Amino acid sequence: MTAILFVLFAAVAIVCGINVVLRKHPVESALALIGTMASLSVIYLQLGAQFIAAAQVFVYAGAIMVLFTFVIMLVNAGAEEKSRGAWMARLAGGPLLVALIAILGFVVWRAFPGSEGVTFGGYTGGTAENVGRAIFTTYLLPFEITSLLVLIAIVGAVVLGYKELD
Amino acid sequence: MNFYLLSVIKAAVVVGVLMLALLYLQWIERRVVARIQVRLGPNRVGPWGLLQPIADSLKLLLKEDLIPPGANKALYVLAPFLAITLSLISISVVPFGPRVTVAGVPTWMQLADLNVGVILILAISSLTVYGVVLAGWASNSKYPLLGALRASAQMISYELPLGLTVAAPLLMSNTLSLRGIVASQAHYYWGFFPAWNVFRGPFPQLIGAAVFTVAAFAETNRVPFDLPEAETELVAGFHTEYSSMKFAGFFMAEYSNMITICCLGTVLFLGGWLPPFPGLDAVPFVGPLFWFLLKTGVLLFIFMWVRATMPRLRYDQLMRFAWSFMFPVAMANLLITALLVAWVG
Repeated sequence: MTAILFVLFAAVAIVCGINVVLRKHPVESALALIGTMASLSVIYLQLGAQFIAAAQVFVYAGAIMVLFTFVIMLVNAGAEEKSRGAWMARLAGGPLLVALIAILGFVVWRAFPGSEGVTFGGYTGGTAENVGRAIFTTYLLPFEITSLLVLIAIVGAVVLGYKELD
Repeated sequence: MNFYLLSVIKAAVVVGVLMLALLYLQWIERRVVARIQVRLGPNRVGPWGLLQPIADSLKLLLKEDLIPPGANKALYVLAPFLAITLSLISISVVPFGPRVTVAGVPTWMQLADLNVGVILILAISSLTVYGVVLAGWASNSKYPLLGALRASAQMISYELPLGLTVAAPLLMSNTLSLRGIVASQAHYYWGFFPAWNVFRGPFPQLIGAAVFTVAAFAETNRVPFDLPEAETELVAGFHTEYSSMKFAGFFMAEYSNMITICCLGTVLFLGGWLPPFPGLDAVPFVGPLFWFLLKTGVLLFIFMWVRATMPRLRYDQLMRFAWSFMFPVAMANLLITALLVAWVG
């Protein structure tokens, strides 16, 4: 059952991911991205990371992508025109893709040589309590620095926005 | 009993009851609103108009299903399905009652007890905006698009106070599981006063519950926050171009969201299935399910009451209300609750 669900949602994630790039209309691309995030969250759930799964949907699919679609609709972006692409890209794209996948596979293989793979249900430390404790003890400094960075980004956005108004 | 079989049976029961409730909630609402506005309401089809919802469903089923020529067909069809699917998912974590034994099989009156149940409901409800937004955009028509833009801005804005007020009772109950939240409210002060979160120390969530209810009106696009479908300005808002069962889908999604958010309010603030006085266990027909339905029903009645009496807000009022009143109040409520919970221990 878990294996079937994993294959199903992994396939959905990949197909949606490819669709993000291939779709001509920005709204459709955004929707495909939401599909990827939602199926990733199902995979998190299967791996035992319940809190991360819910946060993935809540934050990415529910908040950030809503803003994306909102902005796309607000500026009423139309469908893009498809060009045939540069001849270099057409020539080197395929081999480079194969090379990238090979390098990724090699890195994973070298980094986890004796790994027996992932077992579903083997990890139980993904509850909200565990994530909260980890954030506020072990990873307190990175967490606070990240929130400071986000704050700076927000302040910067407000400043830029005010300049536009004047 | 097989876990999957049991889950399928429970899901079928919940969906069946929910569909019936959706159907008759509309009839009840029309009758209640009519009574408040000194009208009669639907009373012709069947005794007291009880067959009216069935007649309406038949009418919608038999109507011609139109797709506007300029619409984005795939998304136009997807939107109502998305709306109704998402609105049905979140009911799966709501506990309707305690552990019961039906036909020799012990089971909880709940489909799934996730230890992040509350966050799941918030996450799914934050996705419901897509149904509205896609419907408005895919129709390729100006009024639906305006409705969709309003909906996305409004739902993002009101999600914030909603999430903050939900967080406060979680601090007092110290769990994210909806079943655990009900269990933590299962005692009485002085032997008779229910320790529901709305009355419970260290900081009774009266303000939180009020803000939650108002934010719930906005999240479900109900009067006085039904700007996305404001008839007087936008024809019918985001579902202007929809007809037949697709239109019915949005209708069902709205009522289903309403039921879910009232269930959530019942669990978070009103003690779920717990009776208001101790010692009521011996009374026949007044079980946990009765109390749960009664509390949810009272909340739903408030939704109808407000709809019958309040005028619609203007759009700038709506936004100002969200950001300069609801958000600070919800934030202060959360901070005070957090401090008191930490102080009391």
